[in-house]
Amino acid sequence: MKISCRTISRGVAKGEVLLTHDAISFLGNIDPETGEVVEPQHELYGQSIAGKVLVFPHGKGSTVGSYVIYQLFKNNVAPAAMINLESEPIVAVGAIISEIPLVDRLETDPFEILKNGDRVIVNSSDSFVEINTI
Amino acid sequence: MYLTAEEEKTLEGEYGRSLQKAIEILVALGDIYGADRLIPVKSAQIAGVSYKTMGDAGLEWVSDLEGKVKIPSILNPAGMDITRWKEMGIDPVFAKKQQDIIEAYSKLGIQTKCTCTPYYLEGFDVKLDDHIAWSESSAVSYANSVIGARTNREGGPSALSAALVGKTANYGYHLDEMREPVIAVEVDCNLSGSDYGALGYVIGKTVGSRVPIFYMKNEPSKDEMKSLGAALAASGAVALYHIEGITPEAARNKFTKPDEIIPVERGQIDEVYETNRDILSSEIVTVGCPHCSPEELEKIALLVDGKKLQKEMWVCTAREVAERYPDLVQRIEKSGAKVVCDTCMVVSPATNKYVSITVNSGKALAYVPSMCKVAAKYASIEDCIKEAGVIDED
Repeated sequence: MKISCRTISRGVAKGEVLLTHDAISFLGNIDPETGEVVEPQHELYGQSIAGKVLVFPHGKGSTVGSYVIYQLFKNNVAPAAMINLESEPIVAVGAIISEIPLVDRLETDPFEILKNGDRVIVNSSDSFVEINTI
Repeated sequence: MYLTAEEEKTLEGEYGRSLQKAIEILVALGDIYGADRLIPVKSAQIAGVSYKTMGDAGLEWVSDLEGKVKIPSILNPAGMDITRWKEMGIDPVFAKKQQDIIEAYSKLGIQTKCTCTPYYLEGFDVKLDDHIAWSESSAVSYANSVIGARTNREGGPSALSAALVGKTANYGYHLDEMREPVIAVEVDCNLSGSDYGALGYVIGKTVGSRVPIFYMKNEPSKDEMKSLGAALAASGAVALYHIEGITPEAARNKFTKPDEIIPVERGQIDEVYETNRDILSSEIVTVGCPHCSPEELEKIALLVDGKKLQKEMWVCTAREVAERYPDLVQRIEKSGAKVVCDTCMVVSPATNKYVSITVNSGKALAYVPSMCKVAAKYASIEDCIKEAGVIDED
């Protein structure tokens, strides 16, 4: 199944879905060395975002978060791709400088059609997300 | 968003990867905020300079970029005075990384002048209705409010992208309709000097990120408006304010008075001077947040002429301004105060070693306690100098 979306950061990547309803502040919530969520209050506390297709509503917090995403990328623990409900500049800029595909505004609510462990392709160069690709 | 054929080519990577990434950032921000197109900007001021905030990742990112900026571009304050960092007690490892960051920006053709007051520098004298891409919150406020130029509060990467492309996305404060005041602030007392920083500190939180219009009893100077805007942007997130009859757009446009009104009384301003009153004597006094104007340097020189200060005192300013007025610098330093360039008490790790500080800036009062873990007291410039422990030489 192909779902159309808006492109924020261009590229193509596939991976397993890791989904959270909590916004993410990359500065503070994520360990840039390991990709692990280190904020105890966060829904994904203790899990790693490395290599995942990370689905979250939007970013928040300090603009330094863009550089944290770049650090994750340099340490090979960045998400493979990201899907937002509505992207904001911190995550958008971080994704672009780190060459991580990022899309938002899917034509169907990603929280209704995606679940953890789903295999998806995020093709933000052609503005679509494809679900259940083995 | 509409892109010209040339911009499309840049986005497709025809002019190299760095320029491609740069325009991709501008287009993404334009899409997020609903911009119709890219517009040319006259200058850029780039945040993300102090190693304290950039870290190795930021350094690596800037070092990886190639090409040259297309418009006059300068930097935000760094974590130290570039030449006198040893005197400030900066760790040599930090100093090396800081110099690497500045060098990386320099390779891109960015002038390595680190200041939050670009408007005092040659080549950055922006005018009413000019479009620019500046980062530092007080510089953004001054440009938008006191000068009437147009800029959003750019992040480091987006300002650098604007510098490389020579353009920014047309949204936010570049548009007339986003510059209308939506909340009124009525000040029912006369204010002077540091009262304006206190005012910004007090009402910034209530105003948030909205555009306020002030109704004042008396007319502030440009330096006073600088203090007001810096504090508004630090305690709140105000990027543009108007003062009825005084700031250029308010004088030109005759804005309708917004329905929501915040009244301000003298007592609220006085309370700011009572912050941390139980600290009888602070260890260091710092002024120049935002960086001192030539007029402010002159005022400080007059206040310290023929005097010796017992405590550490920093007078922060832009290097170019200090170099333009060597006589003022000499007079100030004769008192024992240091004229510190390229940095300030907020972004330098040199501040962290103190327990208590006295400032005359609402912005510094808002940031120093959380960013440097130092207790801050608030005073006028005259009282700051008294706090530094004046001994008459003559």
